[in-house]
Amino acid sequence: MERLTEKEVNGLRERVQGETLRGVPGDRQADERRAALRHEALRHEDAQAHHHHTHAPVSRHEHGHHLLQVEDLSVGFRMYQEDEPFFRAKQRMVPVIENLSISVHVGEIVAVVGASGSGKTLLADAILGLYEPNATVCGRIWYDGEPQDAASLAGLRGRGISLVPQSVNNLDPLMKVGRQVEGFARTDVPLATRRTRRRELFARYGLGEDAAGLYPHQLSGGMARRVLLCCALMDDPRVIIADEPTPGLDLPLALAALADFRSFADEGNGVLLITHDIELALGVADRVAVFRDGTVVEETAVANFASPDTLAHPFSRELWHALPEHDFVVPSASQLAGQGDEEGGPHA
Amino acid sequence: MPRFILRNIVKFALLMIAVSMATFVLVSISPIDPVQANVGQAALINMSEAKRAQLAEYWGVNTPLWERYVNWITAAFQGDLGTSLRYNAPVADVIATRALNSLALMATAWVVSGVLGFALGILAGANRGRLVDRIVKGYCFLLASVPTFWLGLVFLIVFSVWLGWFPFGFSVPIGVAAADVTLADALHHLALPALTLSVVGVANIALHTREKTIDVLESDYVRFACARGLSTWGALRHHGLRNLALPALTLQFASISEIFGGSVLVEQVFSYPGLGQAAVTAGLGGDVALLAGIAVLSAAFVFGGNLIANMLYGVVDPRIRRGEGEARTHA
Repeated sequence: MERLTEKEVNGLRERVQGETLRGVPGDRQADERRAALRHEALRHEDAQAHHHHTHAPVSRHEHGHHLLQVEDLSVGFRMYQEDEPFFRAKQRMVPVIENLSISVHVGEIVAVVGASGSGKTLLADAILGLYEPNATVCGRIWYDGEPQDAASLAGLRGRGISLVPQSVNNLDPLMKVGRQVEGFARTDVPLATRRTRRRELFARYGLGEDAAGLYPHQLSGGMARRVLLCCALMDDPRVIIADEPTPGLDLPLALAALADFRSFADEGNGVLLITHDIELALGVADRVAVFRDGTVVEETAVANFASPDTLAHPFSRELWHALPEHDFVVPSASQLAGQGDEEGGPHA
Repeated sequence: MPRFILRNIVKFALLMIAVSMATFVLVSISPIDPVQANVGQAALINMSEAKRAQLAEYWGVNTPLWERYVNWITAAFQGDLGTSLRYNAPVADVIATRALNSLALMATAWVVSGVLGFALGILAGANRGRLVDRIVKGYCFLLASVPTFWLGLVFLIVFSVWLGWFPFGFSVPIGVAAADVTLADALHHLALPALTLSVVGVANIALHTREKTIDVLESDYVRFACARGLSTWGALRHHGLRNLALPALTLQFASISEIFGGSVLVEQVFSYPGLGQAAVTAGLGGDVALLAGIAVLSAAFVFGGNLIANMLYGVVDPRIRRGEGEARTHA
């Protein structure tokens, strides 16, 4: 991952701030690095289109930058050609994510909505610096205004960016959940402190102290969800990446899960909610990034989903028409497989 | 819990009866004539007819199979395993002296192969595709295809003949009074056969643990642990070991039978006076009582190993503990 030198960053920042003070608008033709930094320093109006997204009312630029910003992210896998004979097959790059850009502001939930199996989880992996050996990842990622590379992203795991995984399978089946929530990675925090913190979290999310002594397979769906959230909150993150946190939960539980993310975001943090369920996303998120064919085709405020006219990309409009409370027209067969679970829209 | 114990006692009794019965049947249908085998070809020819009949009577050649078996099993239930005709001593005594040698040998091999195999398996699995992995894998494939007795011979040639580090065989030095044999002597004689058995036993457990390590490293829970900031080794240490120990322990306890089988060959190669060697002697000499005694003891051992493996499942894995019996209390 490319990383700007500190000198470069400071230099650009000074220039950008100077331009802002003089009231010069952002130069769209400028090179992307400068544009990205310039963008951070600009003050945005609500729902104003800037860079490649529109804002929601709650979106804030704290200290003049995004909480998490991903620019031109591409993830590809080196694979052998499947149709060639075994020994003669050549390796080729299979791109899964291409030129994806997305931003998370302070105080907001951004939902990445796309079909199941379209590579959304890879976005989470890329932001967490979890790369498969045969993956090639390039692009630029800023966390809290600081440009990141692979090593620094790995350093942010559990120290700023936390993952809320999908299911109880992400817990060690042979260890009691209390101990797992307390975790092992933060050796800088004494175990006693972590235990106290875990007790507070369990109390806050209505998990009894006896739940700490259970094994993952003994948890109910609702308990598992709260335990997984506690795992993430344990490390006091600024950004939570929630990877499909709602499938398998019935509607009240899913809504409860999303309400927890809402309150986390309201405390001045950011949530990147990866989901295939657009109705649920529209109900809780502030902005929606429409994910298709390995990239975000449109990143827009939820309010813009009120009418197809305010949506920029044709695929987003197709999505709008596919919603049950609108025309309920399924776009084309493969475009949103898995979308539209039986649950009714939370805002319907 | 009482049901668990009762069920296992019944299983154990049935196993003992089946094993002893099979031994008796197999010996009786084997073509070996015990009289000829134990007296010798030349002696048998020069023997008078009356003498021959007397010997045949002694070896019980004319007693029907079922009668011999019933005699043996009723005596066995009273604690008398009969007399070894070959060693001319009570079976219990023969087994007791030899079992001590064999147990030392097998226990050493079992522990060494288990610990070494587990460590190598994790090392290879965690470094999948790298040089370390290839070396460990190559070593295991090579060993898995090497016969135990052949490896024993190679070790004898290299370590005893060429290097002269270890004795050629037996469990004690030749020409030394039993009272003068030191523990160091015994260990010195034990080393090479134990090494042979250990080295052969490593392959299985190492390859198995390697596969399991790869599974664990690719599991969702290790990915999540890494996403929370643990390194690969940290995740393996905190979340891998428990999940790896379960299959490894089971395999290792179940492999007691293989160590037993291997020890027969190794004891033969190293002239090590253990149970395995006694079993070969008993089999070739038509010594049913001794063979049945050894077979029953081995079966009891393997049964014990599997039983321990089963119970360990419960200790290590809470899911099985819950499934198997709510009544069982645990720490």
